[in-house]
Amino acid sequence: MNFAVLVFPGSNCDIDCYKAIEDTIGQPVDYVWHTADDLSKYDCILVPGGFSYGDYLRCGAIAQFTNVMKAVVKAAEEGKYILGICNGFQVLTEARLLPGALLRNNGMKFRCHQAVLKVENNTTPFTRDYAEGELINIPIAHGEGNYYCDDATLKELQENNQIVFRYEAGNNPNGSVDDIAGICNKAGNVVGMMPHPERAIHELLGSADGKKMFTSILSTWREKHGAAAIR
Amino acid sequence: MKATVYVTIKQNVLDVQGTAVQGALHSMGFEEVGKVRIGKYLELELGTTDKAEAEARVKAMCEKLLANTVIEDYRYELA
Repeated sequence: MNFAVLVFPGSNCDIDCYKAIEDTIGQPVDYVWHTADDLSKYDCILVPGGFSYGDYLRCGAIAQFTNVMKAVVKAAEEGKYILGICNGFQVLTEARLLPGALLRNNGMKFRCHQAVLKVENNTTPFTRDYAEGELINIPIAHGEGNYYCDDATLKELQENNQIVFRYEAGNNPNGSVDDIAGICNKAGNVVGMMPHPERAIHELLGSADGKKMFTSILSTWREKHGAAAIR
Repeated sequence: MKATVYVTIKQNVLDVQGTAVQGALHSMGFEEVGKVRIGKYLELELGTTDKAEAEARVKAMCEKLLANTVIEDYRYELA
């Protein structure tokens, strides 16, 4: 299974994503620069955290018009697996691959700490190794992670089971609607989340609860494509 | 021709920056201040003198990039 980690000017979690793939599932992974326009060799695309284009204008706003994002839109339509983390989530909403938008945290603070998430949907390709309702410990690090969508969109997300992660009740760090920490598109192949599973792949990092995001995607792919070579 | 574009957070969406500044003004004794909204101000120099064309182009710029219409409103002036 081939992984791409996109790199925009200002990405800073690209190395963490690359290492997470190497260390958890040992699959081939490449950095792909924002000028690339062909993602056809990749089965899964990770849009990492950071500050693409300095987050000038708005978080993720400028990244959406890059060559590589046009290829990501095409890959999404083809049903390939796409995961946007933090700034990557902002880029996916700006590109309209996911509904809604990210606002500044309602507490006016940059929040950087472990957060307890509840796995609301364990049927996505990225969450199938979790149990439904499982509580996991995943770090957050964002100033603009307050997920917002209008009431009609929220209703649609709820009805289609598109809410993938919620912050633990009473511990919403940013004021997001319905305590949302991560969502997926209708087809389920595109997932976006503010917390950083790639920073939670070993107990030495404080938690290994992010590992299953990566094992999930490999087992999904294997089920679809038969046995894959693993290291 | 010059376009002046103003982008603001929609009225029904929490403007955290505005709320922080309102709090600061109150703590300084400017208690008369009600809601504060903070937005972006952009000046664009356009290489055209055709007002209708400029208007259509600026509208497209706002819709595509300058504002995120999920959370923001925009308005512009041409001169």
